Amino acid sequence: MATTAPPEGFQGHAEDHAHHDHDHDHKPAFFARWFMSTNHKDIGTLYLIFAIFAGLIGGAFSGMMRLELAEPGIQYLDTFTRLFGATNPDFNATLNTWNVLITAHGLIMVFFMVMPAIIGGFGNWFVPLMIGAPDMAFPRMNNISFWLTVAGFCSLMTSAFVPGGYGLGSGVGWTVYAPLSTYGSAGPSTDFAIFSLHLAGAGSIMGAINFITTIFNMRAPGMTMHKMPLFVWSVLVTAFLLLLALPVLAAAITMLITDRNFGTTFFDPSGGGDPVLYQHLFWFFGHPEVYIMILPGFGIISQIISTFSKKPVFGYLGMAYAMVAIGVVGFIVWAHHMYTTGMSVDTKMYFTAATMVIAVPTGIKIFSWIATMWGGSIEFKSPMVWAIGFIFLFTVGGVTGVYLASGGIDDVVHDTYFVVAHFHYVLSMGAVTALFAGFYYWFPKMSGRMHSEFLAHVHFWIFFIGVNTIFFPQHFLGLQGMPRRYPDYAEAYAYWNEISSIGYAIMAVSIGVWFINIIYAYTMGKKAEGNYWGEGATTLEWTLSSPPPFHQYETLPVIDDKAHAH
Amino acid sequence: MAGKVNHDYHILPPDIWPVTGAFSALMFTSGMVLFMHDLSGWPIVMGLGIAGLIATFFSWFSNIVKEAHAGHHTPIVQLHLRYGMILFIASEVMFFVGWFWSFFDFALFPDTISEVVGGQFPPKAIEAVMNPFDLPLLNTLILLCSGTTVTWAHHCLIHGDRDGLKKGLWLTILLGLLFTSIQAYEYAHAPFNFGENTYGSAFYMATGFHGFHVIVGTIMLIVCLVRAYKGHFTPRQHFGFEAAAWYWHFVDVVWLFLFVAVYVWGGWGAPIH
Repeated sequence: MATTAPPEGFQGHAEDHAHHDHDHDHKPAFFARWFMSTNHKDIGTLYLIFAIFAGLIGGAFSGMMRLELAEPGIQYLDTFTRLFGATNPDFNATLNTWNVLITAHGLIMVFFMVMPAIIGGFGNWFVPLMIGAPDMAFPRMNNISFWLTVAGFCSLMTSAFVPGGYGLGSGVGWTVYAPLSTYGSAGPSTDFAIFSLHLAGAGSIMGAINFITTIFNMRAPGMTMHKMPLFVWSVLVTAFLLLLALPVLAAAITMLITDRNFGTTFFDPSGGGDPVLYQHLFWFFGHPEVYIMILPGFGIISQIISTFSKKPVFGYLGMAYAMVAIGVVGFIVWAHHMYTTGMSVDTKMYFTAATMVIAVPTGIKIFSWIATMWGGSIEFKSPMVWAIGFIFLFTVGGVTGVYLASGGIDDVVHDTYFVVAHFHYVLSMGAVTALFAGFYYWFPKMSGRMHSEFLAHVHFWIFFIGVNTIFFPQHFLGLQGMPRRYPDYAEAYAYWNEISSIGYAIMAVSIGVWFINIIYAYTMGKKAEGNYWGEGATTLEWTLSSPPPFHQYETLPVIDDKAHAH
Repeated sequence: MAGKVNHDYHILPPDIWPVTGAFSALMFTSGMVLFMHDLSGWPIVMGLGIAGLIATFFSWFSNIVKEAHAGHHTPIVQLHLRYGMILFIASEVMFFVGWFWSFFDFALFPDTISEVVGGQFPPKAIEAVMNPFDLPLLNTLILLCSGTTVTWAHHCLIHGDRDGLKKGLWLTILLGLLFTSIQAYEYAHAPFNFGENTYGSAFYMATGFHGFHVIVGTIMLIVCLVRAYKGHFTPRQHFGFEAAAWYWHFVDVVWLFLFVAVYVWGGWGAPIH
């Protein structure tokens, strides 16, 4: 089994490479190394740094929103509007700023924070290491995937400072629904935002091609598909979702471009077009997209739970094929995002049933993680604490997801804060918690320096308390009927909104602790050994030095079949 | 042995073209935004973007060809390229799924409220459609024929017949150009306009993107022809040719779906121009 691939099955001498002065270990000079990279680890590092940068901007936008929402009435939007460069904005322009904040927060967090970090960052770093490959299959294409993400981010940032509908910036939501995104926002801003998705999407498609080819063709001798670590499985499924879902988004947003600028009527009823068609096309992409964000997180959690329980993952094959099942079924549930668009009851029944089916493979994963811990010799090192936090938080989001899968319930809570709470539990607490778990698991491997376990635990607890304080009250607000996407609300919602905003401040402190921990690691952190987690860490990356040599596995490792009896 | 490369994978040196290509793409899309909003400077921005993209494609693929000749394309690396091309075509298929989705939505569920559509497809506003068994049928035959000529070229290549390879490629390229010319003629003489209603939108965008892919495929084949004249390709190793042929068959199949669904079925019952 993959997660048990033992070090003795590895017959290379990669550990020696770090000290070996050879052509292939000569790192290129600064510019060539970071701007012309063809090295999967350097590109992974670039992705991670970019994701942190983008995450800070997206996080700042959510901070601005929580500040405005801390109490009823509109207090800060005018100031924010001037911050974006508007002089004497009228009331519409001020309200437009709210939409811009929502749009930018969503797009940045989805396309420029979670995806680059979890697929571009950890995927690039650890897929080749875990399968025993010297690099990715297409190292140059790997690099353009990264720079297209940066180019997309530039386009999105540009959109915030040019005219949109009622003021500066594109206030169309991350879903870019027509007609708000067509004749609802005439300025060039929305075109910049749409093209940013084209650019980032092209990068992601190339990344997906790269990962699939790498995983299918570059596994070390003896590493069959059914011996791959679960993180590799998760990236494989994710890559297929990207490959098949993103082109449909590309078509949909190209239709937006031509509707906006060239007189087509795909989504314009005056020419017979249909705004609901856009929603179908968008969510055919959008629903696989949410699994794209969470599946690699599942993979990371599987590695960590196994490592710190010192046991192989419970039900390895079930875990792998549960992800495949989630990926496949994820393509046929999209319209549960559209229950209130007037679809027929029969259609709603189908999408309700299909969506609830996904709870089955997801349940397999949750229970298999718990079963992995059961009877294990558990060590509560920082990645494990984050991973257990993930299981708790993701389960909360998963349970509200089962509520929302039901067309009848969704009719009531659609577009309320209940939905906001649900998807932040699975994303900003599920995916992001998995990111932090992966960060503490692998940071010493990537940097060669140990972080502070104490600070990592402090980071976890402050973050855990903070995000729960932000988002748990939003369930109440949603059930009380508070709608999404408004900068103001009735007095009745004031109490839980204030609590939620206090939660943001707590969460922000935890990010500060995280940065202190990174600074600590680079200034005072001990040098990391090759396998600093000990006997539970059995995948191939732990057979290498920390950080691994610039080019690892110049002699491929051989996975010995006899060496791991179950 | 430590420090000695002992595997058949292709480890590449640093390269400037990825970052150049990405920011050229950004220049191109930004130029498009300026153009669409009639803002000054768009020709320069878009021009620089297009120039950068062309330079990137040219250098990138030149490098791949050079690396192949230098012997870096071991059997496993060739397998990577095959997987890469198949997956790229799979993503292209999904791109067309989006356009067909729109088309079938409009054709199967025509809008009953707007007067231009009036609950029928083709919409009321469409006075006439093209006769599918006129030029579109000819185009179908041209593309099918080009599918056989490219296969002819392939077989010649496998059997070491360079002359036949060149002839087959020449014919395929000419058929491709003929297809594109007939499409252009058809667009110019179509009895309905671009956009304005669901038919004009779905028809032109779906067939237009197909036409764009035909042009891209033709460029790939032209590159293959130039390489054939330069003496590239061996009977055993010629993936550049195979990739172009696969792509050509892909645009061929997309056309068959367009012909059956959009031209024949989609215009059924409407007056013919």
